[in-house]
Amino acid sequence: MAVNTQPIVRLNHVYKSYGDHQILKDINLELEAGKFYTLLGPSGCGKTTILRTVAGFTAVTSGDVEFDGAVINDLPANQRQVNTVFQDYALFPHMNVAENVAFGLKLHKVPRNEIDQRVQEALAMVQLADFGDREISEISGGQQQRVAIARALVMRPKVLLLDEPLSALDAKLRKDMQYELRDLQQRLGITFLFVTHDQEEALAMSDEIFVMNAGKILQGGTPVDIYDEPINHFVANFIGESNIIPGKMLKDYQVEFVGKTFECADGGMRPNEAVEVVLRPEDLDIVAADQGKLVVTVDSQLFRGNYFEIVAYDSDHNEWLVHSTNPADEGEPIGLTFDPQDIHVMRLNESEAAFDARLEQYEDD
Amino acid sequence: MQRKQRLSRNTAYFIPYMLWIVLFVIAPVLLLIYQSFFDINGQLTLANYQTYFSSNTYLMMTLNSVWYAFLITLATLIISYPTAYVLNETKHPQLWLLLIIMPTWINLLLKAYAFIGIFSQAGIANQFLSFIGIGPKQLLFTNFSFIFVAAYIQIPFMVLPIYNSISELNPSYVNASRDLGATNWQTFSKVIFPLTLPGVKAGIQAVFIPSLSLFMLTRLIGGNKVITLGTAIEEHFLTTMNWGMGSTIGVVLIIAMVIIMLLTGGGKRRTRKGLTK
Repeated sequence: MAVNTQPIVRLNHVYKSYGDHQILKDINLELEAGKFYTLLGPSGCGKTTILRTVAGFTAVTSGDVEFDGAVINDLPANQRQVNTVFQDYALFPHMNVAENVAFGLKLHKVPRNEIDQRVQEALAMVQLADFGDREISEISGGQQQRVAIARALVMRPKVLLLDEPLSALDAKLRKDMQYELRDLQQRLGITFLFVTHDQEEALAMSDEIFVMNAGKILQGGTPVDIYDEPINHFVANFIGESNIIPGKMLKDYQVEFVGKTFECADGGMRPNEAVEVVLRPEDLDIVAADQGKLVVTVDSQLFRGNYFEIVAYDSDHNEWLVHSTNPADEGEPIGLTFDPQDIHVMRLNESEAAFDARLEQYEDD
Repeated sequence: MQRKQRLSRNTAYFIPYMLWIVLFVIAPVLLLIYQSFFDINGQLTLANYQTYFSSNTYLMMTLNSVWYAFLITLATLIISYPTAYVLNETKHPQLWLLLIIMPTWINLLLKAYAFIGIFSQAGIANQFLSFIGIGPKQLLFTNFSFIFVAAYIQIPFMVLPIYNSISELNPSYVNASRDLGATNWQTFSKVIFPLTLPGVKAGIQAVFIPSLSLFMLTRLIGGNKVITLGTAIEEHFLTTMNWGMGSTIGVVLIIAMVIIMLLTGGGKRRTRKGLTK
């Protein structure tokens, strides 16, 4: 398969503000054709605004939105080759399921028999082949969700924008839809830009995730990259659960925290630089207190079904979250062990560009 | 036990309203129907209805009433829909709405007299027409001024229900329509208007039915050139004292109102669902 280097969507130094309130601050991103991208962040971080600038519902204050190599800042929404699945679905209540799906095709003056055929195909694609005659008020939330997806996909957009489409569904249905959306995207080869505040959803579905906070993209990368090597405190905290401990980088591959020196896999920092150390709860193993690299005292624990979530404190009063298949004794000391590559060291206030450059430099060694 | 008590208390709350309905709505309507079967000499008869449906005068009057009520409703709708639409886009719609509703607090008669002043030979309207060089003209006692003033008086009753249905419209519908390729006009005609139709229907009901029986304005502003059923009722009760005939026209008007309500109220099942999301 030939590699198409031309991005399908590009945001170039995009800013957006309402009055004094800056919603987007210098957003730069590139979407390649045929991939599943996710904008992930807490509510109010600007992720939906990015989606709206691509859809054409919101004009940027400065910067460029490019589509297929052309700047589309001034192109109205109805002329853009993107379609949106809205958070509240926005299905027209005065039309039935088939009429909703046919709406866009009729506007584009597609011949009658082709409309019927494409509507039927789209409904079959979302497993609602027999639902064409139903009224919107007669179908469930999950089915409305599928109709909304069919209505957008029937237009054969180059990019599909999805604005928290699963947030209104219950947990079981949401999980099923995650698989289905991922499957649809891979089958159709359309670029998906998916907005969510749910990190599990983002990790499960995406080829690439952009983590956002306060109008900025903090880090972009594959789910594995972002999980294993978060750039800063916010990302480490937002993606998965983490223990974030203050430490000091003594030299390359050697970090000090809780008064002890540990071997690690990071480097490229100044000697004795103050850093933060990330250890994921599932990477910590519990051993007898005298055999541990660290000794912590168990404070409390919760049974989570497939593991125990143990909260413990070290001698510096740092909180430690440990996932273990066995319960621990509350109030008793336990030992923790971990491998050097489980330690992830983060510099304070490092930019994404500097982070990437540093990573490349010592990973090539 | 407790539930029964609460139930009877709830029923008790309804008594004043029920009394009101019985005394001032149901009883008068029954009296009107009863009265319509008596002629001017107090004889029980069907002659009033016979006269009404066989006389050209009354049929013309009926057509006239319906035609003018239609024109008034149309004029009101054409002004009110865009007004309600723009209102919804403003920063302080409640303030503007208040300004639109305010004239309804002023007595109808006062407003009618104000318009007599405005439209008179030396009135401000003719002063303006003279200023731009096409006046003065006869404004008062014309069909135009009748429709103009009637529409002016009815506008708040049309704007309000339409504004409500527009403001309840989920903005995502508009975005979805644009997203699927609709121009502004297509979005309006295929999404916004159909979804705000219930408000339009409510507005038509609120304007058309009262317009059928206008009588004061036809006299004060229309100069009695337009004879509507409302005028005829007034004449029969106050001038010719033929209460039976007046009641008959009243009954016909009530039937007409019921027909209008059935036509505009029923609507399609679909258009009423899920609009307030």
